[in-house]
Amino acid sequence: MTPPLLEIRNLTKTFGSLKANDSISLTLGEGEIVALLGENGAGKSTLVKMLFGALQPDSGDILWRDKETVISEPAVARRLGISMVHQHFSLFEAFTVEENIALGLPDMPRAGLAEKARTLSAEYGLPLDPGALVADLSVGERQRIEIVRCLLQNPTLVIMDEPTSVLTPQEVERLFGTLRKLKAEGRTVVYISHKLEEVRALCERAVILRHGKVVETCIPAERTAAELASAMVGGAIANVGRTKRTPTPVLAVRGLDQPAATTFGTSLSDINLDVRPGEVVGIAGIAGNGQSELFAMLSGEELAAKADAVTLLGEPVGRIGIDGRRRRGAAFVPEERLGHGAVPPFDLSDNALVSRHRMSDGTAAPLGFLRHGAARRLAARVIKAMDVRAQGTHSTAGSLSGGNLQKFVVGRELDAKPKLLIVDQPTWGVDAGAAANIRQHLIDLAESGAGVLVISQDLDELFEIADRIAVIAAGRLSPAAPADTLTREAIGLLMAGPAPSSPPSASPPSTSPTHAAGPPSPPPASPAAEHSHAH
Amino acid sequence: MRIDLRRRTNVPWWAEALAPLLAFTVTLAIGSVMFAASGKPPAAALTAYFIEPLSEIWSIHELAIKAAPLIIIAVGLSVAYRSNTWNIGAEGQFVAGAITGAAIPVLFPGATGVWVLPAMLALGLLGGAAWGAIPGLLKTRFGANEILVSLMLVYVAQLLLDWLVRGPWRNPEGYNFPETRFFDDSARLPELIAMGDYGGRANFGIVIALVLAAATAILLTRTKKGFEIKVTGASPRAARFAGFDQKATTMFAFLFSGALAGLAGIVEVAGAIGQLTPVISPGYGFTAIIVAFLGRLHPIGIVIAGLVLALTYLGGEAAQISLGLSEKIAQVFQGVLLFAVLASDTLVRYRVTVTARGRGVPA
Amino acid sequence: MIEAILISVIIAATPILIAALGEVVAERSGVLNLGVEGMMIVGAVTAFATAQITGSPYLAILTAALAGVAMAGLFAILAIWLATNQVATGLALTLFGLGVASLAGESFVGRPGVKLGDIAVPYLSDLPYVGTVLFAQSPLFYLSIALTVGVTVFLFRTRAGLRLRSVGDQPVAAHALGLKVNRIRTLAVLFGGLCAGIAGAQLTLVYTPQWIDGLSAGRGWIALALVVFASWRPTRVLAGAYLFGAVTIAQFHAQAFGVDIPSQFLSALPYLATILVLVIFASNRRFTMVNTPAALGRPFVPDR
Repeated sequence: MTPPLLEIRNLTKTFGSLKANDSISLTLGEGEIVALLGENGAGKSTLVKMLFGALQPDSGDILWRDKETVISEPAVARRLGISMVHQHFSLFEAFTVEENIALGLPDMPRAGLAEKARTLSAEYGLPLDPGALVADLSVGERQRIEIVRCLLQNPTLVIMDEPTSVLTPQEVERLFGTLRKLKAEGRTVVYISHKLEEVRALCERAVILRHGKVVETCIPAERTAAELASAMVGGAIANVGRTKRTPTPVLAVRGLDQPAATTFGTSLSDINLDVRPGEVVGIAGIAGNGQSELFAMLSGEELAAKADAVTLLGEPVGRIGIDGRRRRGAAFVPEERLGHGAVPPFDLSDNALVSRHRMSDGTAAPLGFLRHGAARRLAARVIKAMDVRAQGTHSTAGSLSGGNLQKFVVGRELDAKPKLLIVDQPTWGVDAGAAANIRQHLIDLAESGAGVLVISQDLDELFEIADRIAVIAAGRLSPAAPADTLTREAIGLLMAGPAPSSPPSASPPSTSPTHAAGPPSPPPASPAAEHSHAH
Repeated sequence: MRIDLRRRTNVPWWAEALAPLLAFTVTLAIGSVMFAASGKPPAAALTAYFIEPLSEIWSIHELAIKAAPLIIIAVGLSVAYRSNTWNIGAEGQFVAGAITGAAIPVLFPGATGVWVLPAMLALGLLGGAAWGAIPGLLKTRFGANEILVSLMLVYVAQLLLDWLVRGPWRNPEGYNFPETRFFDDSARLPELIAMGDYGGRANFGIVIALVLAAATAILLTRTKKGFEIKVTGASPRAARFAGFDQKATTMFAFLFSGALAGLAGIVEVAGAIGQLTPVISPGYGFTAIIVAFLGRLHPIGIVIAGLVLALTYLGGEAAQISLGLSEKIAQVFQGVLLFAVLASDTLVRYRVTVTARGRGVPA
Repeated sequence: MIEAILISVIIAATPILIAALGEVVAERSGVLNLGVEGMMIVGAVTAFATAQITGSPYLAILTAALAGVAMAGLFAILAIWLATNQVATGLALTLFGLGVASLAGESFVGRPGVKLGDIAVPYLSDLPYVGTVLFAQSPLFYLSIALTVGVTVFLFRTRAGLRLRSVGDQPVAAHALGLKVNRIRTLAVLFGGLCAGIAGAQLTLVYTPQWIDGLSAGRGWIALALVVFASWRPTRVLAGAYLFGAVTIAQFHAQAFGVDIPSQFLSALPYLATILVLVIFASNRRFTMVNTPAALGRPFVPDR
């Protein structure tokens, strides 16, 4: 047997009192696709950051081809042949594709780089226009930049951090094709994901992390997704229950249009949607297709042009702000917890006030004064109801884990007993236990007769809780259809957006020449003769 | 060598309280080195600066006179800075308030009665607020950079004052000196303790400053407006989510800080000076920025910080007389103090480690 | 007469051009240094003092540049490595610089300064009309033009410039790529200090060869405004600097032409023009948004 490509022995990394990685050992052979599984906070990102030189281990050894190696910075990792596709793309929106690639490859001459990138991207079935501005590209195309940048270095070890979380099912298939080709060329792939079905389909080995430790190594195809999940969580995950209900609308959206607010934003066109009491409606879609814009319009953070574009409990509220919509019985949970739903340096008591500062909440007194005692009691109530793990109402929002803060934010809105709740990405970056808890609360709220609108990129989540599902793509919303009549494939096709023949999303006429071109057309496929690799 | 910062998740209260003290101590240490370098015994120089002005009744009165405008301006600025509104043109708003407030005694020298002084103070508030409203409006309406606009308006206000006192408002009986006539007694801010063993020049300005500091502390901690200001400063998106209008908050911050700076202006003119002259401020509007930060943007902290900075003005004068040190040193001192305050704030928020190059260990 | 006016416009424009170019580089890396005024006046007093002692204006330019770098280094330690608030730290630098300069310059008030001689470019300076205006100028004028070209090429044509801009746009992403964000930012800020120091030297060696307390008179602030006005583009800084130079000179000549406006109002013109320009160019949000370094003013603290 050939020596392993990479061996890790007892790698440990501590942040403050948290052991992010606790004596991790594992081995990677050549030409393997190995999954790294674990909940958020299990230590996956910390581990790969150490392999990529972005973090330094406190103790333990890394052996590269049987030789002890210190990966002091990303440049060292690159020279060894380790390269990484990041979860949150490290791309520069205002720069071109070629500039982005050049930034990531400091040792490669810039002359001819664009041509190389074009050739390589065609070879791996990832068409890309080097001259396009990143801001104009879809999420899938942006990921291609990362992958092409990574492949241009002719790597022996490719680390992929949650690469499919932003892709349509069709794009996922295409990516898997690329990864299998890499494996066939003898390269090793470390595949980080929490999508268990994908891991079962793609990876020949899985390393499962929990609380910073390796708890199991297995062959994923031999396990069920449920078995893998319980190994990740360390216990069975509660199933979320759902029952059927009957209609009459609490939220009605009619012909809602909104031009993009910023250069890099999405414009909304002709959105129509109903949410009836007692039902959960889901909106699926890939990030950046107008979800944030839609949330802003529905919550009243942005006002519509016409009052009757948005109707809440029969009353037109399109020209009424978020405060007024709350007063009429709506509640909202934005996508971003830190800095949008909650203020990081404030304690939970003050954070309770962020959306609950009216007299009717009991937290405000006449003459513009606040009742801090009432706010504290409100926060304590939410902590108790949602089982938020915090030291108390004096803990700052920033000190809570993602899942606990999300429970607090959702609980704060539930505490208002809303007739309509609109949630953007309810469980994004939340650990499995908290996610199940939050989903159950959303369903319970619908059961109690309120309408719930859930915007989510997670199809599994929507199938689990939604009665009806609509899909948003390029700022347009498909009609909502009953969830049990839909398949993942049908939704995937809608997520990919309108057919290429239809005009690009109505962009304002003022856009400058660099932006006006719309989505760049894929470059012509390179002739077969050009199949020489970059190196 | 490399400096690494790690954010502290929970900051102990005593660290917050000690930070300004640490900054002050560091500044004294740097000051001692500066004095030693210029050939003066540090101990004597520091005594001249920080002890002598406190040893006599009259100079304690002077301290109150100098501290009042600093505190009034800085209290206003603390509200602006907490909402992340960068008004650095308080010096201009100070001058504007002084001009509008002085309009009554200059244009109607015969006016007497109890209404004169309150009217002047009100006009001072309005003038400062109006001058502050300009960068506020240009920011909220057009997105113009408020830092630069408010600063540019300082020069404009100073030139406007210069023109007034040399031109239309010049004292007709003043032998062509560039100054207005002296204000009537009813247009002067009365002295706090005019007579007796503890008597001196200090006027009601310091009382106004203390009342405003207390009121602003209540505004910030007890009211929804204060909450709005803090949320907007800490996270604009969360403020929008909370239903707070960011433009309105920015405007409020400029009006509030401008009004207080304007009030400080008329307090200074109606109190310590008694007339308009081409230069009415030794940079109070800028020094108040230091006061605001040294007081950690907290009104009560600002009262203490205002007294400390007022002391550097007096100390500068005292050291010039007793040791022949240039009074310009005071300004250098103030700059160093602001550096130290900002650096000590980092020590509060982060754990700072200095590591040797490479894979070093914390030193 | 027209020639004399044009030359005076150039002399008035050169210091703000040099200082603004330095600040463009610093801000493109994501650092807002409001201490330009302070760095500039410390450069000015250093140049004056050096010229007094050594008699050499060239040595004076060198020491002024170093003084600017030292001031910028102070700022970098605090605002970059200790992640202090950039606005407040820049203000502190300006207050500190004004204090230091006024302290150091106390003994120079009223003394005649050393003037930096003009250099006539052979042949070119004999050209009709433009010869004396463009080719018989102080070496610092030539430097300012070379800097405009150099900074443009550096920022938009070199990989180092690309890196610098990436750090100013998305420092987290740049860090993930292995770029040394804070090291790049430090170098950019030091370059800004170098330029501000040289700009200060121009004030005491060319503009007014004498020492007056507070002689920078807000030029550092105008340079900062120019950077915003120019949307962080060096060529537009050049245009803006000459616009401001023209406004500054207009106030002197307006009185000569018998315009009956109080001198204070004319003196206020450059400041009012700055405000006007800030308003006009802020209104074009799209253009500004594309060019503004996205991370401007935000300290970068990497996880370690």
